[in-house]
Amino acid sequence: MALDLAKYRRRRIRSTITVALCWAASALGLTILGVILATLLYKGLAGLGPKVFTEMTPPPGSDGGLLNAIAGSLVMTFAGVVVGTPIGILAGTYLAEYGRYSKVSSVIRFINDILLSAPSIVTGLFVYELLVRPMGHFSAFAGAAALAVLVIPTVVRTTENMLLLVPNQLREASSALGLPQSLVIRKIAYKAARAGMITGVLLAIARVSGETAPLLFTSLNNQFWSTNLNAPMASLPVVIFQYALSPYEDWQRLAWTGALLITAAVLTLSIAARWLSSSRTQQ
Amino acid sequence: MTFMADVHSNAAAAAVARRKVLERLRTTDGIFRGLTLSSAYFVLILLGAIFASLVVGGYLAFKTFGLSFLTTEVWNPVTEQFGALAAIYGTLITSAIAMLVAVPISIGIAVFLTELCPMALRRPIGIAIELLAGVPSIIYGIWGLFFFAPMIQQYVQPELIATFKNVPVLNQMFAGPPYGIGILTSGLILAMMVLPFVTAVCRDVFETVPPVLKEAAYGMGWTTREVVRNVVIPYTRVGIIGGVMLGLGRALGETMAVTFVIGNAHRISGSILAPGTTISATIANEFTEAVGDIYTSSLIALGLILFFITFVVLALARLMLMRIEKKAGA
Repeated sequence: MALDLAKYRRRRIRSTITVALCWAASALGLTILGVILATLLYKGLAGLGPKVFTEMTPPPGSDGGLLNAIAGSLVMTFAGVVVGTPIGILAGTYLAEYGRYSKVSSVIRFINDILLSAPSIVTGLFVYELLVRPMGHFSAFAGAAALAVLVIPTVVRTTENMLLLVPNQLREASSALGLPQSLVIRKIAYKAARAGMITGVLLAIARVSGETAPLLFTSLNNQFWSTNLNAPMASLPVVIFQYALSPYEDWQRLAWTGALLITAAVLTLSIAARWLSSSRTQQ
Repeated sequence: MTFMADVHSNAAAAAVARRKVLERLRTTDGIFRGLTLSSAYFVLILLGAIFASLVVGGYLAFKTFGLSFLTTEVWNPVTEQFGALAAIYGTLITSAIAMLVAVPISIGIAVFLTELCPMALRRPIGIAIELLAGVPSIIYGIWGLFFFAPMIQQYVQPELIATFKNVPVLNQMFAGPPYGIGILTSGLILAMMVLPFVTAVCRDVFETVPPVLKEAAYGMGWTTREVVRNVVIPYTRVGIIGGVMLGLGRALGETMAVTFVIGNAHRISGSILAPGTTISATIANEFTEAVGDIYTSSLIALGLILFFITFVVLALARLMLMRIEKKAGA
C-alpha cells in the first residue's frame, strides 16, 4: 500500500497545532497566576510598613494600619476552625469507619460534596437568618459560625479520604488484640492518617481565611479595636472590600496591602499543606 | 489454705476490675460511635437548615410577588418592586462566558499535564495551577477592578466594538461604550477562577485512562492529537462533563470577584459590554443596606434561587463523577 505522504503531513501538522495550543493554554494559566502575584506585590508592598501591624483602620485621609482587621480575621478564623474541625473529623470518621458501606453514608457523602462547593454567600444568609436576626445585631459569633459551616465539609472530605488510605490489616490486627473499635480508630487509624488530617485542617483554614461573602452580613465590620465577640468585628477581607471600592486613595492603598497579606497567608498555608501531605506519601 | 483463699480473692478482684474496664470501654465505645454518627447527620441537617432558613426568609417576597418574582426585571427599592430576572440573567450569562473561555483552556492544560509535560515539570506546574484555585476570590475582585478592567477597557473593548460594528447581531452584542467593568469582564474573571477547578478534575480523569489503550493507539501510528481526540476524551467524557458542571457550580455562586467588576446595574442589556448584576453580587452589595422587610426578603429569595440552581448543577456534576469513578474502579 502506498504511503499517502500528503495526508501524513497533514495529520502531523494538525497534531503539532494541537500540542502547541496545549502548551499555550498552560503558559496562559501560569501567566495569569504570575500577573496576579506581581500586581499584588507591586501595589501591596507600597503600603507595607510597621504601621500596618500596629495601627487601627483609619478614617479617610489619615494614616493608619490594619491591626483590628488582622486581629478580627485571626479571631474569627480560629473560632470557626475550632468549632468546625471536631464536627468535620467525627463526621468523616463515621463515613470512613462505621458506615463505610451504608446507604446513609453515601447520601451524606453526596450532600457533603455539594456543601463543599455551595456558594459561600448563601452561608452568610443562612447564619443571618439563624443568628443575626434573632440576636438583633451583627456579631463576631455569627461570623465565626458562618466560617465553621464552611470548614465542616472540607474537613469531612479530607478526613474520610485519609482514613480510607489506612490499610485494613492495621485495624484487623488491633481488633484481634482486643481493642474496642473506638480505640482502634482513635489510637491506630487516627495515628496513621494524622498528616493527611492536619493537611485537611490547614486547607480549611486557608479557605476560610480569605472568605468575604459570608462575613459581610454576619460580623459586618468595625472601625475600631474590639475583642467583644458579641459585637461587630472587623476582618481583613471585609475591610479590603470596603476600602477598595472607596474613592479614597489611602484606603485603596491599604486594601492592596491587606490583599497582599491575605494572599501570602493563604498561599503559604496551602503550600505547607501540600508539602505535609507529599512528605507523608513518600514514606 | 490462706494462700488458696488469697488466689481466689485475687481472681475475684481481677474479674471485677476486668468487668469494670470492659464496661467503661463499652460505654466510651458507644459514646464515640454516637458522636460520629450525630456529626455525620449534622451535615444532612445543615443542608436542610440552609434550605429551610432561605425558604422562611424569602417567603414574604414569594408571597407578595408570586411567580412573577422570577420573570420581572424591575428592581426598585424605592417603590418596593422587586424582580429577580435581571440578576438571574446576569448570573447565567457571566457563567456561560466563563465556561466558554475556561473549558477549552482547562482541557488544554490537562492534556499538557498528562500527555506532553516533561515529568520533572508536572508536579510544579500542577501545583501552580492549584494555587490559582487557592487565591481568595476577593483578590480576583480587587485585581479585576484595578488591573484587569482598565486593561480590557483600553485595549480589548474598543477593538471588539470596532471589529463588529458592521456585523448584524454581533454589533448589538458588542455595543459600546467601553466601560471596562461589565458582563464580559466578569465572565473573564470567573473564567480565571474556575479554570483550576476544571483543570484539576480533567487531569484526574485523564489519568484514569488505561495506558494500554493509549499505547496501542500510539503503536498504530496515531498522532498525539488523534490519541487525545479518539481515545482519551471519549473514554473520560462523563468525567469531563462532571468537571465542567463542578466549575459551573462555582461560577454561578461566585460572589466577591464579580461584585467588584459587574457594575451592579439591575437591567438586562443586549450588549455583553454593558454593566449588569448577578444574584450573588446583588446580595453582597445591597443586603446590609436593605431597609424594610420586603427588600430583605427579596434578597434572601434571590439567595434561595441561587442555592437551588447551584444545588441542581452540583448534584448533576457529582452523579457524573461518581459514574466515572465506578468505571475506573471496575
